[in-house]
Amino acid sequence: MALLEVEEVVVRFGGVTAVAGVSFTVEDRQICGLIGPNGAGKTTLFNVISGIYRPSDGLVRFAGEVVTGQPRHRMAALGLGRTFQNLALFRSMSVRENVLAGAHAEGRTGFLANALRLPAARREERAAAVQAAQLLALLELDHVAEVPVAALPFGTQKRVEMARALISRPRLLLLDEPAGGLNHGEVDALAALLREVAARFHCAILLVEHHMNLVMRVSDKVVALDFGRKIADGTPAEVRRDPEVIRAYLGDGGGHARAA
Amino acid sequence: MSATDRIAALPLRRPAAGLAAWQRGALLLAGLAAALVPLWLLESFHLFQLTMAVIMALAVLGLNIVTGYNGQISLGHGAFFAVGAYATAILMSHLDWSFWATLPVSAAVCGLVGYGVGFPALRLGGLYLALTTFSLAVAVPQILKHRAIEDWTGGVQGLFLVKPDPPGFLPLNADQWMYCVALIVAALCFLLAWNLIRGRIGRALMATRDHPIAAEAMGMDIAALKTQAFAVSAMITGLAGSLSAVAVEYVAPDSFSFALSINLFVGMVVGGVASILGSLFGGLFVLFVPNIAEAISKAAPGVIYGVLLIAFLYLLPDGFAGLLRRLAARLRRGAG
Ligand SMILES: Nc1ncnc2c1ncn2[C@@H]1O[C@H](COP(=O)(O)OP(=O)(O)OP(=O)(O)O)[C@@H](O)[C@H]1O
Ligand SMILES: [Mg+2]
Repeated sequence: MALLEVEEVVVRFGGVTAVAGVSFTVEDRQICGLIGPNGAGKTTLFNVISGIYRPSDGLVRFAGEVVTGQPRHRMAALGLGRTFQNLALFRSMSVRENVLAGAHAEGRTGFLANALRLPAARREERAAAVQAAQLLALLELDHVAEVPVAALPFGTQKRVEMARALISRPRLLLLDEPAGGLNHGEVDALAALLREVAARFHCAILLVEHHMNLVMRVSDKVVALDFGRKIADGTPAEVRRDPEVIRAYLGDGGGHARAA
Repeated sequence: MSATDRIAALPLRRPAAGLAAWQRGALLLAGLAAALVPLWLLESFHLFQLTMAVIMALAVLGLNIVTGYNGQISLGHGAFFAVGAYATAILMSHLDWSFWATLPVSAAVCGLVGYGVGFPALRLGGLYLALTTFSLAVAVPQILKHRAIEDWTGGVQGLFLVKPDPPGFLPLNADQWMYCVALIVAALCFLLAWNLIRGRIGRALMATRDHPIAAEAMGMDIAALKTQAFAVSAMITGLAGSLSAVAVEYVAPDSFSFALSINLFVGMVVGGVASILGSLFGGLFVLFVPNIAEAISKAAPGVIYGVLLIAFLYLLPDGFAGLLRRLAARLRRGAG
Protein backbone atom coordinates (compact mmCIF):
# COMPACT_ATOMS: atom_id res chain seq x y z
CA MET A 1 0.00 0.00 0.00
CA ALA A 2 1.31 3.40 -0.91
CA LEU A 3 1.90 6.02 1.80
CA LEU A 4 0.06 8.76 -0.08
CA GLU A 5 -2.74 8.12 -2.53
CA VAL A 6 -4.21 11.02 -4.45
CA GLU A 7 -7.38 9.90 -6.22
CA GLU A 8 -9.12 11.85 -8.96
CA VAL A 9 -8.70 15.16 -7.17
CA VAL A 10 -10.54 18.11 -8.70
CA VAL A 11 -10.26 21.69 -7.42
CA ARG A 12 -12.29 24.53 -8.88
CA PHE A 13 -12.03 28.18 -7.93
CA GLY A 14 -15.18 29.74 -9.30
CA GLY A 15 -14.79 29.21 -13.03
CA VAL A 16 -11.13 28.15 -12.91
CA THR A 17 -10.34 24.47 -12.68
CA ALA A 18 -6.94 24.49 -10.98
CA VAL A 19 -6.70 20.71 -10.63
CA ALA A 20 -8.70 18.57 -13.04
CA GLY A 21 -8.82 14.98 -11.82
CA VAL A 22 -5.26 14.13 -10.78
CA SER A 23 -4.28 10.73 -9.37
CA PHE A 24 -0.87 9.50 -8.25
CA THR A 25 0.80 7.73 -5.36
CA VAL A 26 3.91 8.23 -3.25
CA GLU A 27 5.49 5.21 -1.61
CA ASP A 28 6.98 5.16 1.87
CA ARG A 29 10.45 6.76 1.90
CA GLN A 30 10.21 7.72 -1.76
CA ILE A 31 11.30 11.09 -3.08
CA CYS A 32 8.68 12.14 -5.60
CA GLY A 33 9.12 15.24 -7.76
CA LEU A 34 6.06 17.22 -8.80
CA ILE A 35 6.75 19.45 -11.77
CA GLY A 36 4.79 21.63 -14.13
CA PRO A 37 4.80 25.13 -15.58
CA ASN A 38 3.50 28.11 -13.60
CA GLY A 39 -0.16 27.78 -12.75
CA ALA A 40 -0.17 24.02 -13.41
CA GLY A 41 -1.85 23.39 -10.06
CA LYS A 42 1.08 22.11 -7.96
CA THR A 43 0.56 24.34 -4.95
CA THR A 44 -3.18 23.81 -5.12
CA LEU A 45 -2.62 20.06 -5.00
CA PHE A 46 -0.31 20.54 -1.98
CA ASN A 47 -3.02 22.47 -0.23
CA VAL A 48 -5.46 19.65 -0.87
CA ILE A 49 -3.06 17.02 0.46
CA SER A 50 -2.33 19.03 3.61
CA GLY A 51 -6.02 19.75 4.13
CA ILE A 52 -5.99 23.51 3.58
CA TYR A 53 -8.35 23.15 0.60
CA ARG A 54 -11.26 20.75 0.34
CA PRO A 55 -11.26 19.28 -3.16
CA SER A 56 -14.41 19.75 -5.24
CA ASP A 57 -14.13 16.05 -6.03
CA GLY A 58 -11.86 13.11 -5.31
CA LEU A 59 -9.98 12.28 -2.14
CA VAL A 60 -6.60 11.85 -0.51
CA ARG A 61 -5.57 8.80 1.49
CA PHE A 62 -2.60 8.93 3.82
CA ALA A 63 -1.24 5.72 5.33
CA GLY A 64 -4.48 4.02 4.29
CA GLU A 65 -6.72 6.56 6.01
CA VAL A 66 -8.90 9.04 4.12
CA VAL A 67 -7.68 12.46 5.26
CA THR A 68 -9.87 14.62 3.04
CA GLY A 69 -12.40 16.35 5.27
CA GLN A 70 -10.45 15.83 8.48
CA PRO A 71 -9.73 18.89 10.63
CA ARG A 72 -6.68 20.76 9.33
CA HIS A 73 -4.81 20.65 12.61
CA ARG A 74 -4.90 16.83 12.64
CA MET A 75 -2.60 16.48 9.63
CA ALA A 76 0.62 17.10 11.54
CA ALA A 77 -0.17 14.40 14.08
CA LEU A 78 -0.95 11.97 11.25
CA GLY A 79 2.57 12.49 9.95
CA LEU A 80 2.23 15.16 7.30
CA GLY A 81 4.73 18.02 7.36
CA ARG A 82 4.98 20.84 4.86
CA THR A 83 6.68 24.03 3.81
CA PHE A 84 5.09 26.90 1.90
CA GLN A 85 6.02 28.37 -1.46
CA ASN A 86 5.81 31.97 -0.26
CA LEU A 87 7.04 31.43 3.31
CA ALA A 88 4.65 31.09 6.20
CA LEU A 89 6.87 31.62 9.21
CA PHE A 90 5.86 33.06 12.56
CA ARG A 91 7.37 36.45 11.96
CA SER A 92 7.63 37.76 15.49
CA MET A 93 9.50 34.72 16.74
CA SER A 94 13.13 33.71 16.62
CA VAL A 95 14.39 30.88 14.41
CA ARG A 96 14.54 28.54 17.39
CA GLU A 97 11.00 29.42 18.52
CA ASN A 98 9.71 28.80 15.01
CA VAL A 99 11.27 25.36 14.97
CA LEU A 100 9.95 24.62 18.47
CA ALA A 101 6.48 25.67 17.33
CA GLY A 102 6.73 22.91 14.73
CA ALA A 103 6.92 20.42 17.60
CA HIS A 104 3.43 21.39 18.75
CA ALA A 105 1.84 18.21 17.40
CA GLU A 106 4.29 16.11 19.43
CA GLY A 107 3.07 17.63 22.70
CA ARG A 108 -0.01 17.02 24.78
CA THR A 109 0.18 19.51 27.66
CA GLY A 110 -2.32 22.35 27.89
CA PHE A 111 -2.66 25.75 29.55
CA LEU A 112 -2.69 24.48 33.13
CA ALA A 113 0.28 22.12 32.86
CA ASN A 114 2.35 24.82 31.18
CA ALA A 115 1.39 27.61 33.57
CA LEU A 116 2.32 25.40 36.53
CA ARG A 117 5.33 23.91 34.71
CA LEU A 118 4.23 20.43 35.67
CA PRO A 119 6.76 17.63 35.04
CA ALA A 120 4.94 16.58 31.85
CA ALA A 121 5.31 20.08 30.41
CA ARG A 122 9.00 20.25 31.34
CA ARG A 123 9.66 16.88 29.80
CA GLU A 124 8.02 17.91 26.53
CA GLU A 125 9.91 21.17 26.53
CA ARG A 126 13.26 19.44 27.07
CA ALA A 127 12.59 16.86 24.36
CA ALA A 128 11.58 19.57 21.91
CA ALA A 129 14.64 21.67 22.80
CA VAL A 130 17.00 18.77 22.09
CA GLN A 131 15.37 18.01 18.75
CA ALA A 132 15.31 21.66 17.77
CA ALA A 133 19.02 21.96 18.52
CA GLN A 134 19.75 18.92 16.35
CA LEU A 135 17.73 20.25 13.45
CA LEU A 136 19.23 23.71 13.70
CA ALA A 137 22.65 22.10 13.46
CA LEU A 138 21.66 19.85 10.57
CA LEU A 139 20.25 22.75 8.58
CA GLU A 140 23.13 25.05 9.53
CA LEU A 141 20.88 27.44 11.34
CA ASP A 142 22.52 27.33 14.76
CA HIS A 143 24.38 30.60 14.34
CA VAL A 144 21.10 32.43 13.70
CA ALA A 145 19.01 30.47 16.20
CA GLU A 146 18.07 33.48 18.32
CA VAL A 147 17.58 35.91 15.43
CA PRO A 148 14.01 36.96 14.59
CA VAL A 149 13.12 35.03 11.41
CA ALA A 150 11.89 38.09 9.59
CA ALA A 151 15.44 39.47 9.57
CA LEU A 152 16.87 36.56 7.55
CA PRO A 153 17.33 36.19 3.79
CA PHE A 154 14.74 34.22 1.80
CA GLY A 155 16.87 31.10 1.36
CA THR A 156 17.60 30.88 5.07
CA GLN A 157 13.93 31.33 5.90
CA LYS A 158 13.17 28.40 3.60
CA ARG A 159 15.54 26.25 5.65
CA VAL A 160 13.81 27.38 8.84
CA GLU A 161 10.54 26.17 7.35
CA MET A 162 12.12 22.84 6.60
CA ALA A 163 13.44 22.49 10.16
CA ARG A 164 10.03 23.47 11.52
CA ALA A 165 8.38 20.77 9.41
CA LEU A 166 10.95 18.09 10.26
CA ILE A 167 10.85 18.47 14.03
CA SER A 168 7.50 16.68 14.20
CA ARG A 169 9.07 13.65 12.45
CA PRO A 170 6.68 13.59 9.48
CA ARG A 171 6.28 10.43 7.41
CA LEU A 172 5.69 12.60 4.36
CA LEU A 173 7.33 15.97 3.86
CA LEU A 174 5.77 18.33 1.33
CA LEU A 175 8.28 20.86 0.03
CA ASP A 176 6.99 23.69 -2.16
CA GLU A 177 9.92 25.13 -4.14
CA PRO A 178 12.70 24.74 -1.55
CA ALA A 179 15.28 25.94 -4.09
CA GLY A 180 13.55 29.31 -4.54
CA GLY A 181 16.13 32.08 -4.19
CA LEU A 182 19.17 29.78 -4.10
CA ASN A 183 22.27 30.05 -6.31
CA HIS A 184 23.93 27.12 -8.12
CA GLY A 185 26.19 25.99 -5.30
CA GLU A 186 23.35 26.22 -2.82
CA VAL A 187 21.14 24.07 -5.04
CA ASP A 188 23.81 21.38 -5.03
CA ALA A 189 23.94 21.51 -1.25
CA LEU A 190 20.14 21.30 -1.16
CA ALA A 191 20.17 18.14 -3.27
CA ALA A 192 22.54 16.50 -0.80
CA LEU A 193 20.47 17.75 2.11
CA LEU A 194 17.22 16.34 0.71
CA ARG A 195 18.77 12.90 0.35
CA GLU A 196 20.20 13.08 3.84
CA VAL A 197 16.85 14.17 5.27
CA ALA A 198 15.00 11.32 3.57
CA ALA A 199 17.54 8.80 4.84
CA ARG A 200 17.90 10.13 8.34
CA PHE A 201 14.24 10.81 9.07
CA HIS A 202 12.95 7.82 7.13
CA CYS A 203 10.41 10.03 5.45
CA ALA A 204 8.98 10.31 1.98
CA ILE A 205 9.30 13.67 0.24
CA LEU A 206 6.96 15.23 -2.28
CA LEU A 207 8.97 17.94 -3.95
CA VAL A 208 7.54 20.78 -6.02
CA GLU A 209 10.35 22.48 -7.87
CA HIS A 210 11.00 24.46 -11.05
CA HIS A 211 14.69 23.69 -10.84
CA MET A 212 14.57 20.72 -13.22
CA ASN A 213 18.13 19.62 -12.66
CA LEU A 214 17.50 19.31 -8.92
CA VAL A 215 14.26 17.37 -9.34
CA MET A 216 15.77 14.94 -11.83
CA ARG A 217 18.79 14.36 -9.59
CA VAL A 218 17.06 13.59 -6.31
CA SER A 219 13.71 12.09 -7.28
CA ASP A 220 12.92 8.39 -7.40
CA LYS A 221 9.82 9.28 -9.35
CA VAL A 222 8.44 12.36 -11.06
CA VAL A 223 4.84 13.45 -11.69
CA ALA A 224 4.25 16.21 -14.25
CA LEU A 225 1.21 18.48 -14.33
CA ASP A 226 0.02 20.93 -16.94
CA PHE A 227 -3.17 22.99 -16.76
CA GLY A 228 -4.34 20.93 -13.79
CA ARG A 229 -3.92 17.58 -15.54
CA LYS A 230 -1.34 14.91 -15.01
CA ILE A 231 0.65 14.59 -18.24
CA ALA A 232 3.37 12.18 -17.13
CA ASP A 233 4.30 9.90 -14.24
CA GLY A 234 7.44 7.76 -14.09
CA THR A 235 11.17 7.72 -13.45
CA PRO A 236 13.06 10.98 -13.97
CA ALA A 237 14.52 9.64 -17.22
CA GLU A 238 11.10 8.66 -18.57
CA VAL A 239 9.49 11.94 -17.67
CA ARG A 240 12.35 13.96 -19.13
CA ARG A 241 11.85 12.21 -22.48
CA ASP A 242 8.07 12.42 -22.43
CA PRO A 243 6.85 14.35 -25.48
CA GLU A 244 3.96 15.97 -23.57
CA VAL A 245 6.34 17.23 -20.92
CA ILE A 246 8.70 18.61 -23.53
CA ARG A 247 5.79 20.33 -25.25
CA ALA A 248 4.51 21.78 -21.97
CA TYR A 249 7.86 23.29 -21.15
CA LEU A 250 9.16 24.28 -24.57
CA GLY A 251 5.94 24.69 -26.48
CA ASP A 252 3.41 27.41 -26.86
CA GLY A 253 5.01 30.13 -24.70
CA GLY A 254 2.39 32.17 -22.85
CA GLY A 255 2.24 31.41 -19.15
CA HIS A 256 5.08 28.92 -19.45
CA ALA A 257 7.85 31.46 -19.35
CA ARG A 258 9.39 30.25 -16.09
CA ALA A 259 10.24 26.74 -17.34
CA ALA A 260 13.85 26.18 -16.32
CA MET B 1 29.24 17.77 20.97
CA SER B 2 25.94 16.40 22.22
CA ALA B 3 22.70 18.18 21.53
CA THR B 4 22.36 19.44 25.09
CA ASP B 5 25.90 20.84 25.12
CA ARG B 6 25.06 22.61 21.93
CA ILE B 7 22.08 24.28 23.56
CA ALA B 8 24.15 25.37 26.54
CA ALA B 9 26.76 26.83 24.23
CA LEU B 10 24.28 28.95 22.30
CA PRO B 11 23.59 32.58 23.11
CA LEU B 12 20.09 33.23 24.34
CA ARG B 13 17.86 36.04 23.25
CA ARG B 14 15.80 36.51 26.38
CA PRO B 15 17.37 39.19 28.56
CA ALA B 16 16.66 37.43 31.87
CA ALA B 17 18.11 34.18 30.63
CA GLY B 18 21.18 35.94 29.28
CA LEU B 19 22.21 37.09 32.76
CA ALA B 20 24.36 35.08 35.13
CA ALA B 21 22.73 33.39 38.11
CA TRP B 22 24.00 35.98 40.59
CA GLN B 23 22.76 38.79 38.37
CA ARG B 24 19.32 37.23 38.22
CA GLY B 25 19.31 36.72 41.98
CA ALA B 26 20.32 40.32 42.50
CA LEU B 27 17.61 41.54 40.13
CA LEU B 28 15.02 39.49 41.98
CA LEU B 29 16.12 40.85 45.37
CA ALA B 30 16.17 44.40 44.04
CA GLY B 31 12.69 43.88 42.63
CA LEU B 32 11.41 42.51 45.92
CA ALA B 33 12.96 45.40 47.85
CA ALA B 34 11.51 47.94 45.41
CA ALA B 35 8.10 46.31 45.80
CA LEU B 36 8.19 46.27 49.62
CA VAL B 37 9.85 49.61 50.44
CA PRO B 38 6.69 51.65 49.65
CA LEU B 39 5.02 49.84 52.58
CA TRP B 40 6.93 52.06 54.97
CA LEU B 41 7.76 54.96 52.70
CA LEU B 42 4.30 55.96 51.49
CA GLU B 43 1.43 57.21 53.59
CA SER B 44 -1.89 55.56 53.08
CA PHE B 45 -3.30 57.52 50.13
CA HIS B 46 -0.22 57.02 47.99
CA LEU B 47 0.04 53.41 49.08
CA PHE B 48 -3.58 52.98 47.97
CA GLN B 49 -2.71 54.45 44.59
CA LEU B 50 0.22 52.07 44.25
CA THR B 51 -2.06 49.18 45.19
CA MET B 52 -4.40 50.24 42.39
CA ALA B 53 -1.47 50.45 39.99
CA VAL B 54 -0.53 46.86 40.80
CA ILE B 55 -4.16 45.87 40.22
CA MET B 56 -4.26 47.70 36.88
CA ALA B 57 -1.01 45.97 35.91
CA LEU B 58 -2.65 42.61 36.56
CA ALA B 59 -5.67 43.60 34.49
CA VAL B 60 -3.38 44.70 31.64
CA LEU B 61 -1.58 41.37 31.88
CA GLY B 62 -4.88 39.60 31.28
CA LEU B 63 -5.57 41.75 28.22
CA ASN B 64 -2.05 41.12 26.94
CA ILE B 65 -2.63 37.35 26.88
CA VAL B 66 -5.53 37.53 24.45
CA THR B 67 -4.73 40.71 22.52
CA GLY B 68 -0.94 40.97 22.76
CA TYR B 69 0.03 37.33 22.46
CA ASN B 70 -2.97 35.89 20.65
CA GLY B 71 -3.84 38.87 18.47
CA GLN B 72 -7.57 38.98 19.30
CA ILE B 73 -8.31 42.65 19.85
CA SER B 74 -10.43 43.27 22.90
CA LEU B 75 -11.68 46.75 23.73
CA GLY B 76 -13.97 45.37 26.40
CA HIS B 77 -11.80 43.91 29.12
CA GLY B 78 -13.32 46.30 31.63
CA ALA B 79 -16.35 43.99 31.47
CA PHE B 80 -14.37 41.07 32.88
CA PHE B 81 -12.86 43.39 35.48
CA ALA B 82 -16.41 44.32 36.53
CA VAL B 83 -17.59 40.71 36.64
CA GLY B 84 -14.66 39.79 38.90
CA ALA B 85 -15.27 42.78 41.16
CA TYR B 86 -18.97 41.99 41.51
CA ALA B 87 -18.36 38.27 42.07
CA THR B 88 -16.15 39.11 45.04
CA ALA B 89 -18.39 41.92 46.31
CA ILE B 90 -21.56 39.83 46.19
CA LEU B 91 -19.99 36.87 47.95
CA MET B 92 -18.44 39.07 50.62
CA SER B 93 -21.31 41.42 51.34
CA HIS B 94 -24.28 39.04 50.93
CA LEU B 95 -22.79 35.75 52.02
CA ASP B 96 -20.00 36.93 54.33
CA TRP B 97 -17.33 34.98 52.50
CA SER B 98 -13.71 35.78 53.23
CA PHE B 99 -11.90 37.62 50.46
CA TRP B 100 -9.55 34.73 49.69
CA ALA B 101 -12.42 32.29 49.29
CA THR B 102 -14.02 34.52 46.65
CA LEU B 103 -10.95 34.42 44.39
CA PRO B 104 -11.41 30.93 42.92
CA VAL B 105 -15.10 31.63 42.35
CA SER B 106 -14.35 34.96 40.70
CA ALA B 107 -11.70 33.32 38.49
CA ALA B 108 -14.07 30.54 37.50
CA VAL B 109 -16.96 32.89 36.70
CA CYS B 110 -14.76 35.23 34.67
CA GLY B 111 -13.14 32.27 32.91
CA LEU B 112 -16.55 30.98 31.88
CA VAL B 113 -17.72 34.40 30.68
CA GLY B 114 -14.45 34.80 28.75
CA TYR B 115 -14.83 31.38 27.20
CA GLY B 116 -18.35 32.33 26.16
CA VAL B 117 -17.14 35.54 24.52
CA GLY B 118 -14.39 33.51 22.84
CA PHE B 119 -16.82 31.66 20.59
CA PRO B 120 -18.40 34.55 18.69
CA ALA B 121 -14.86 35.98 18.64
CA LEU B 122 -13.80 33.06 16.43
CA ARG B 123 -16.13 34.21 13.68
CA LEU B 124 -15.53 37.92 14.02
CA GLY B 125 -11.85 38.75 14.23
CA GLY B 126 -10.08 42.05 13.64
CA LEU B 127 -12.01 45.28 13.85
CA TYR B 128 -15.37 43.54 14.18
CA LEU B 129 -14.15 41.78 17.29
CA ALA B 130 -12.86 45.09 18.64
CA LEU B 131 -16.30 46.66 18.22
CA THR B 132 -18.15 43.66 19.65
CA THR B 133 -16.02 43.59 22.78
CA PHE B 134 -16.39 47.35 23.02
CA SER B 135 -20.17 47.00 23.06
CA LEU B 136 -19.76 44.45 25.85
CA ALA B 137 -17.90 47.07 27.86
CA VAL B 138 -20.66 49.59 27.20
CA ALA B 139 -23.41 47.14 28.13
CA VAL B 140 -22.01 45.79 31.38
CA PRO B 141 -22.58 48.87 33.62
CA GLN B 142 -26.18 49.02 32.41
CA ILE B 143 -26.71 45.33 33.06
CA LEU B 144 -25.32 45.79 36.57
CA LYS B 145 -27.87 48.53 37.22
CA HIS B 146 -30.78 46.42 36.02
CA ARG B 147 -33.77 46.07 38.35
CA ALA B 148 -33.97 42.29 37.98
CA ILE B 149 -30.64 41.73 39.74
CA GLU B 150 -30.75 44.81 41.97
CA ASP B 151 -31.13 42.71 45.12
CA TRP B 152 -27.74 41.16 44.46
CA THR B 153 -25.84 43.98 42.83
CA GLY B 154 -27.21 46.86 44.87
CA GLY B 155 -28.28 48.64 41.68
CA VAL B 156 -27.01 52.18 41.16
CA GLN B 157 -25.92 52.37 44.81
CA GLY B 158 -23.57 49.45 44.46
CA LEU B 159 -22.22 47.36 47.31
CA PHE B 160 -19.94 48.15 50.25
CA LEU B 161 -17.40 45.73 51.61
CA VAL B 162 -14.30 45.83 53.80
CA LYS B 163 -10.64 45.12 53.22
CA PRO B 164 -9.33 41.78 54.48
CA ASP B 165 -7.84 42.00 58.00
CA PRO B 166 -4.08 41.74 58.23
CA PRO B 167 -2.97 38.53 59.96
CA GLY B 168 -2.24 39.17 63.67
CA PHE B 169 1.44 38.25 63.52
CA LEU B 170 2.24 40.98 60.99
CA PRO B 171 2.81 44.56 62.15
CA LEU B 172 0.76 45.96 59.25
CA ASN B 173 -2.35 48.08 59.05
CA ALA B 174 -5.21 47.27 56.66
CA ASP B 175 -3.87 49.51 53.85
CA GLN B 176 -0.41 48.00 54.07
CA TRP B 177 -1.85 44.50 54.10
CA MET B 178 -4.07 45.31 51.12
CA TYR B 179 -0.97 46.34 49.19
CA CYS B 180 0.66 43.01 50.12
CA VAL B 181 -2.45 41.06 49.07
CA ALA B 182 -2.48 42.76 45.68
CA LEU B 183 1.24 42.10 45.30
CA ILE B 184 0.91 38.41 46.19
CA VAL B 185 -2.00 37.74 43.83
CA ALA B 186 -0.42 39.75 41.03
CA ALA B 187 3.01 38.17 41.47
CA LEU B 188 1.51 34.69 41.29
CA CYS B 189 -0.44 35.52 38.14
CA PHE B 190 2.62 37.13 36.52
CA LEU B 191 4.67 34.03 37.30
CA LEU B 192 2.05 31.66 35.87
CA ALA B 193 1.64 33.83 32.78
CA TRP B 194 5.40 33.91 32.28
CA ASN B 195 5.54 30.10 32.43
CA LEU B 196 2.61 29.82 30.05
CA ILE B 197 4.03 32.19 27.49
CA ARG B 198 7.49 30.73 27.18
CA GLY B 199 6.27 27.15 26.71
CA ARG B 200 4.33 25.13 24.17
CA ILE B 201 1.07 27.03 24.62
CA GLY B 202 2.67 30.46 24.51
CA ARG B 203 4.34 29.64 21.20
CA ALA B 204 1.03 28.32 19.88
CA LEU B 205 -0.75 31.54 20.89
CA MET B 206 1.82 33.67 19.08
CA ALA B 207 1.90 31.32 16.10
CA THR B 208 -1.86 31.55 15.61
CA ARG B 209 -1.54 35.32 15.79
CA ASP B 210 1.38 35.49 13.31
CA HIS B 211 0.20 32.98 10.72
CA PRO B 212 -2.98 30.98 11.36
CA ILE B 213 -2.65 28.77 8.28
CA ALA B 214 0.87 27.70 9.15
CA ALA B 215 -0.16 27.27 12.79
CA GLU B 216 -2.82 24.79 11.75
CA ALA B 217 -0.34 22.94 9.59
CA MET B 218 1.82 22.58 12.73
CA GLY B 219 -1.09 20.85 14.45
CA MET B 220 -2.44 23.79 16.41
CA ASP B 221 -6.17 23.72 17.05
CA ILE B 222 -6.89 27.39 16.51
CA ALA B 223 -10.46 27.39 17.80
CA ALA B 224 -9.48 25.67 21.05
CA LEU B 225 -6.45 27.93 21.55
CA LYS B 226 -8.37 31.14 20.93
CA THR B 227 -11.31 30.34 23.16
CA GLN B 228 -9.06 29.14 25.96
CA ALA B 229 -6.87 32.22 25.59
CA PHE B 230 -9.99 34.35 26.04
CA ALA B 231 -10.95 32.38 29.14
CA VAL B 232 -7.53 32.67 30.77
CA SER B 233 -7.29 36.33 29.86
CA ALA B 234 -10.72 37.08 31.36
CA MET B 235 -9.77 35.10 34.45
CA ILE B 236 -6.67 37.22 35.10
CA THR B 237 -8.43 40.54 34.45
CA GLY B 238 -11.33 39.32 36.59
CA LEU B 239 -8.98 38.61 39.50
CA ALA B 240 -7.74 42.17 39.18
CA GLY B 241 -11.38 43.24 39.45
CA SER B 242 -11.76 41.19 42.65
CA LEU B 243 -8.72 42.91 44.14
CA SER B 244 -10.02 46.34 43.19
CA ALA B 245 -13.37 45.63 44.86
CA VAL B 246 -11.72 45.08 48.26
CA ALA B 247 -9.05 47.74 47.80
CA VAL B 248 -11.72 50.39 47.11
CA GLU B 249 -14.15 48.71 49.56
CA TYR B 250 -16.96 49.56 47.18
CA VAL B 251 -18.31 48.50 43.80
CA ALA B 252 -20.74 50.49 41.67
CA PRO B 253 -21.69 50.17 38.00
CA ASP B 254 -20.20 53.51 37.03
CA SER B 255 -16.71 52.53 38.22
CA PHE B 256 -16.65 50.13 35.28
CA SER B 257 -17.50 52.38 32.36
CA PHE B 258 -16.00 51.77 28.93
CA ALA B 259 -13.25 54.24 29.85
CA LEU B 260 -11.80 51.46 32.00
CA SER B 261 -11.55 49.16 28.98
CA ILE B 262 -9.83 51.87 26.97
CA ASN B 263 -7.46 52.52 29.88
CA LEU B 264 -6.47 48.86 29.94
CA PHE B 265 -5.85 49.00 26.22
CA VAL B 266 -3.68 52.11 26.61
CA GLY B 267 -1.78 50.36 29.40
CA MET B 268 -1.09 47.40 27.17
CA VAL B 269 0.20 49.50 24.29
CA VAL B 270 2.31 51.82 26.44
CA GLY B 271 3.72 48.94 28.47
CA GLY B 272 4.45 46.81 25.45
CA VAL B 273 2.17 44.63 23.33
CA ALA B 274 2.93 40.96 23.99
CA SER B 275 5.14 41.62 26.98
CA ILE B 276 4.67 40.24 30.48
CA LEU B 277 6.90 42.77 32.20
CA GLY B 278 5.52 45.57 30.03
CA SER B 279 2.09 44.99 31.59
CA LEU B 280 3.52 46.10 34.93
CA PHE B 281 4.63 49.43 33.47
CA GLY B 282 1.32 49.74 31.69
CA GLY B 283 -0.47 49.51 35.05
CA LEU B 284 1.76 52.19 36.56
CA PHE B 285 1.24 54.43 33.55
CA VAL B 286 -2.55 54.36 33.44
CA LEU B 287 -2.75 54.99 37.16
CA PHE B 288 -0.15 57.70 37.66
CA VAL B 289 0.07 59.61 34.39
CA PRO B 290 -3.50 60.97 34.66
CA ASN B 291 -2.53 62.27 38.13
CA ILE B 292 0.58 63.89 36.75
CA ALA B 293 -1.54 65.44 34.01
CA GLU B 294 -3.88 66.87 36.59
CA ALA B 295 -1.00 68.26 38.62
CA ILE B 296 0.28 70.07 35.52
CA SER B 297 -3.05 71.56 34.53
CA LYS B 298 -6.22 71.47 36.58
CA ALA B 299 -8.14 73.07 33.71
CA ALA B 300 -7.38 70.60 30.93
CA PRO B 301 -5.88 67.40 32.34
CA GLY B 302 -7.24 65.44 29.37
CA VAL B 303 -5.19 67.50 26.96
CA ILE B 304 -2.02 67.06 29.01
CA TYR B 305 -2.70 63.33 29.30
CA GLY B 306 -3.10 63.12 25.54
CA VAL B 307 0.14 64.99 24.97
CA LEU B 308 2.00 62.80 27.46
CA LEU B 309 0.56 59.68 25.84
CA ILE B 310 1.62 60.77 22.37
CA ALA B 311 5.06 61.68 23.67
CA PHE B 312 5.42 58.23 25.20
CA LEU B 313 4.32 56.45 22.05
CA TYR B 314 6.67 58.61 20.01
CA LEU B 315 9.67 58.07 22.26
CA LEU B 316 8.96 54.41 22.98
CA PRO B 317 7.31 52.99 19.86
CA ASP B 318 7.38 49.44 21.23
CA GLY B 319 6.48 50.41 24.76
CA PHE B 320 8.46 50.16 27.98
CA ALA B 321 9.16 46.55 27.11
CA GLY B 322 11.03 47.62 23.99
CA LEU B 323 13.10 50.08 26.00
CA LEU B 324 14.00 47.34 28.49
CA ARG B 325 14.94 44.99 25.66
CA ARG B 326 17.28 47.58 24.16
CA LEU B 327 18.84 48.32 27.55
CA ALA B 328 19.36 44.63 28.26
CA ALA B 329 20.97 44.15 24.85
CA ARG B 330 23.36 47.03 25.51
CA LEU B 331 24.18 45.65 28.94
CA ARG B 332 25.01 42.25 27.50
CA ARG B 333 27.15 43.71 24.76
CA GLY B 334 28.99 45.73 27.39
CA ALA B 335 29.51 42.67 29.56
CA GLY B 336 30.32 40.16 26.82
N1 LIG C 1 -7.09 30.68 -4.05
C1 LIG C 1 -7.25 30.71 -5.40
N2 LIG C 1 -8.30 31.32 -5.96
C2 LIG C 1 -8.46 31.35 -7.30
N3 LIG C 1 -7.62 30.79 -8.15
C3 LIG C 1 -6.54 30.17 -7.67
C4 LIG C 1 -6.29 30.10 -6.27
N4 LIG C 1 -5.14 29.41 -6.06
C5 LIG C 1 -4.70 29.08 -7.29
N5 LIG C 1 -5.52 29.53 -8.26
C6 LIG C 1 -5.36 29.32 -9.70
O1 LIG C 1 -5.20 27.93 -9.88
C7 LIG C 1 -4.21 27.66 -10.84
C8 LIG C 1 -3.12 26.80 -10.23
O2 LIG C 1 -2.38 27.55 -9.28
P1 LIG C 1 -1.23 26.94 -8.42
O3 LIG C 1 -0.79 27.98 -7.47
O4 LIG C 1 -1.65 25.64 -7.87
O5 LIG C 1 -0.08 26.70 -9.50
P2 LIG C 1 1.40 26.21 -9.31
O6 LIG C 1 1.56 25.02 -10.16
O7 LIG C 1 1.75 26.09 -7.89
O8 LIG C 1 2.21 27.43 -9.96
P3 LIG C 1 3.61 28.07 -9.57
O9 LIG C 1 4.64 27.23 -10.21
O10 LIG C 1 3.57 29.44 -10.17
O11 LIG C 1 3.70 28.09 -8.09
C9 LIG C 1 -3.71 29.02 -11.34
O12 LIG C 1 -4.41 29.32 -12.50
C10 LIG C 1 -4.10 29.96 -10.23
O13 LIG C 1 -4.34 31.24 -10.73
MG1 LIG D 1 3.06 26.99 -6.62
